[in-house]
Amino acid sequence: MNAAAAAYIVAALLFVLSLAGLSKHETAKSGNAFGIAGMAIALAATIGLAAQSIEAAAVGLIVVAMAAGAAIGLWRARRVEMTGMPELIALLHSFVGLAAVLVGWNGYLSVEAQAGTQTEVPADLLGIHSAEVVIGVFIGAVTLTGSIVAFLKLSARIPSNPLMLPGRNWLNLGALVAFVALTVAFVVSPGLGLLVAVTVLALALGWHLVASIGGGDMPVVVSMLNSYSGWAAAASGFLLDNDLLIITGALVGSSGAYLSWIMCRAMNRSFLSVIAGGFGNEGSTATGTEDGVHTEITAEEVAELLRDAKSVVITPGYGMAVAHAQGPVAELTRKLAESGAEVRFGIHPVAGRLPGHMNVLLAEAKVPYDIVLEMDEINDDLAATSVVLVIGANDTVNPAALEDPGSPIAGMPVLQVWEAGHVVVFKRSMSTGYAGVQNPLFFRENTRMLFGDARERVEDILKAL
Amino acid sequence: MIGPGCATMHAVQDRPPTGVHLRPLYRTAPSSAPSPRMGGDRAVQEEPDVLIGVPRESRPGETRVAATPATVRQLTALGYDVLVEAGAGAAASFPDDAYRAAGARVGTHVQAWTADVVLHVAKPTAEEVGLLRDGAVLISTLAPALDPDLLATLAARPITALAMDAVPRISRAQSLDVLSSMANIAGYRAVIEAAHAFGRSFTGQVTAAGKVPPATVLVVGAGVAGLAAIGAASSLGAVVRATDVRPEVAEQIASLGGEYVGVPADEGQGGGTGYATVTSADYDRRAAAMYAEQARDVDIVITTALIPGRPAPRLITEEMVAAMRPGSVVVDMAAAQGGNVAGSVPDEVVVTPNGVTIIGYTDLPARLPGQASQLFGTNLVNLVKLLTPGKGGQLVLDLDDVVQRSMTVVRDGELLWPPPPVQVSAAPQATPAPRPPAPAPAHPTHPDRSPARTAAVVGVAAALLFLAAAFSPNQLIGNLTVFALAVVVGFYVIGNVHHALHTPLMSVTNAISGIIVVGALLQIGHTGALVTVLAAVAVLVASINVFGGFAVTRRMLGMFTRS
Repeated sequence: MNAAAAAYIVAALLFVLSLAGLSKHETAKSGNAFGIAGMAIALAATIGLAAQSIEAAAVGLIVVAMAAGAAIGLWRARRVEMTGMPELIALLHSFVGLAAVLVGWNGYLSVEAQAGTQTEVPADLLGIHSAEVVIGVFIGAVTLTGSIVAFLKLSARIPSNPLMLPGRNWLNLGALVAFVALTVAFVVSPGLGLLVAVTVLALALGWHLVASIGGGDMPVVVSMLNSYSGWAAAASGFLLDNDLLIITGALVGSSGAYLSWIMCRAMNRSFLSVIAGGFGNEGSTATGTEDGVHTEITAEEVAELLRDAKSVVITPGYGMAVAHAQGPVAELTRKLAESGAEVRFGIHPVAGRLPGHMNVLLAEAKVPYDIVLEMDEINDDLAATSVVLVIGANDTVNPAALEDPGSPIAGMPVLQVWEAGHVVVFKRSMSTGYAGVQNPLFFRENTRMLFGDARERVEDILKAL
Repeated sequence: MIGPGCATMHAVQDRPPTGVHLRPLYRTAPSSAPSPRMGGDRAVQEEPDVLIGVPRESRPGETRVAATPATVRQLTALGYDVLVEAGAGAAASFPDDAYRAAGARVGTHVQAWTADVVLHVAKPTAEEVGLLRDGAVLISTLAPALDPDLLATLAARPITALAMDAVPRISRAQSLDVLSSMANIAGYRAVIEAAHAFGRSFTGQVTAAGKVPPATVLVVGAGVAGLAAIGAASSLGAVVRATDVRPEVAEQIASLGGEYVGVPADEGQGGGTGYATVTSADYDRRAAAMYAEQARDVDIVITTALIPGRPAPRLITEEMVAAMRPGSVVVDMAAAQGGNVAGSVPDEVVVTPNGVTIIGYTDLPARLPGQASQLFGTNLVNLVKLLTPGKGGQLVLDLDDVVQRSMTVVRDGELLWPPPPVQVSAAPQATPAPRPPAPAPAHPTHPDRSPARTAAVVGVAAALLFLAAAFSPNQLIGNLTVFALAVVVGFYVIGNVHHALHTPLMSVTNAISGIIVVGALLQIGHTGALVTVLAAVAVLVASINVFGGFAVTRRMLGMFTRS
């Protein structure tokens, strides 16, 4: 018995070390190894503990379930494309949510439903156990449907523009009030109907929460769901009185919340305004008019520009992921570096659909990570840069954020690409970005527009070089 | 022209409201098959390429040419035919064969002047204007503000004339501005002429034969020419001082190695057109005192002060010249416009009784013909590019574009000079425009993160936590303790994570939140079949998370490589 508790402490510490290791490139791999070690210890101890009190058939069931899960997980992990990482992560979150719901239901089935005959929970703690069941199921169910909607939006199976129900904030608030009322009722007299009601309510709330948030806010949503999945695990820990679950859940929950906060700060928006959703829906038609003259450029001319450039900065956005242009971009980087130019990348914190999405894509294309810089690291150097290539980014390079106090994105920190000698914007058309805000960058004198598919255009430039 | 009877003319009947098609001519094509048809059947005609003619410059001493082999290539790439007069580039060392190799034809004087579009450097003569065909486009230096006779000659013909020296000073038009590109060359050449006439070296040396002090150069006017002169003189090793009515150019002077000499108690000049303007009488008095003091002290004076459309200001008087040391050199780059220096004669070198050489050359750019032609030609190519929006070799004039409007002095025989004024936002103003509002603070959504508020929030949270814990059973308190500490640890551990690793971080936290599998494992095999089945499902999905999460993290981290 004590062996399992001791193993849990060791595993919990290994998880902390794992997260700490992931803070730097140099230690990231050992961080992942610590995590695997912690998980292995925890699983071995738990299976050992479980095997003492159950029959062989149940042990067999455990092995089969785990082997099936492992096979599916490893298969997906090997197959997934890096552009598809946001979808995979969202889907994985939903699994944690589902597991939390099932664990919560089992808690009810094995304690409250066996009222009078059960021996697991002392009678004076029954009320607390009931509350824990409801809370765990609620958080798990919100995570489950929220992650599924996020997955569907990210994989473009449903449109990613926000769902605008009338009074949507009141719906969310009403759901929370109803949840509190149902919790009180369930603690007073636990019943199957109440638990079903809570589950349905939470599933609907999770669905609606994410459905009303647009595609460009997905970095916040995904890290928020990451946080929820942690809280769901922690809630299960309370339910089962298991410190390992509580510690791990709290670690994951707080880390996801912190990531969400970083993303919100990068967009200069409060967490609540992101959750309230609907951003960018109003302005997209009203401000879509052109207010200047843009100058086009051909791929050959860009090649000419790059040949003469001493320093080049590439600022990718979600468009690069959509066009799968990271490979040609990396090839371009190598070619320019060979001819003596200094090539670097400037990554806005909310570029892409997942925190750090661009970094992973570039890493996949074998771009060395020490030339991939954060916005704060590169912004001061942009004025001394010869050419900036904006590939599939829009709002994150919009000068209106700093210059137009009336802009919907006013105050959002952006990459100040317009300070460079030349800016080449790779874009499909002159349409507005996610926030629906016109981008005055396109009409600057030192900006040239290169229209078309980013991948094809970069390949054209490679050819011309 | 290319063949007999190949020219016919249509007036363009229905001009689009903003664009004017500059190509009123439809020649039959191909020219090798002579066609007697005269218009009327446009539908069957293929539009041949517009012909650009580059005549040999006729002005005495003009060595430049309006197109070099390099710019011919750019013009043909835009879809034009180019015809260069034989020997046009000879003075600039561009032989006819080089033009042929670049894709141009070589023709006669008349052929070049009767092309659809004529590119020229110097002001054309009346005879040359007479050679232009009806509907032709002439792009040249025209000095519209100074030469009303030429304007009248041009407007008497049904032609279109664009003045390369009337480009508005806005940054978009900089690539067309021959005044800038020629001034740059002239400033450099002025230093070379001064060095040639100066009986000493520019650079200072310490040799076994004694010490040689560096020459001291004063550059008056830090426009394009002045800045080029500053750069050239300081790279020859001279000590360079420079002055300008606009004190804000001091930084540019310093960047080229010069030292700014200001007029004391300056009120600031500049009229919003990007050029210097006429100064006040009081300012002139103080400036004169400064010039007098400098003249006694320096070896070389290069004056570049020009005010567009007016005679050049007289800055260096006879007394100042007389006060200069024998052997000193003055280059008056404004000699053609009346001169900044008393005693300067256009196109001549004058030596004063006290041994000061005053150089009044007005053809300084033409003394570097190769470079001057290349830059002038590139300015012309940039203009033709601007006039060829469709890239198909069709010239289109858009008079709504302020650049094109300013340059067009005559359109189809209609005099369009002077153009409406163009205000230059980039130029320094007498009263600086109000600065744009400061960028909004980075986090306006959190304006009230005061320490007091933070303390209040922490206090309330602590009180609530205390109440919740005080009324909880012991087991729950233990759990809460662990939970609270783990949350804090999580925040601190994640706070240091590099942005680039956020995705791997998320997939690892995903994997370890699969720890919920532990809870499900402990529920299998207890309390009935339903619980066991549900728990087994939970184990399955949580296992996907655990194994998938770690595996994908591993794969991602393997991709991150250092250069």
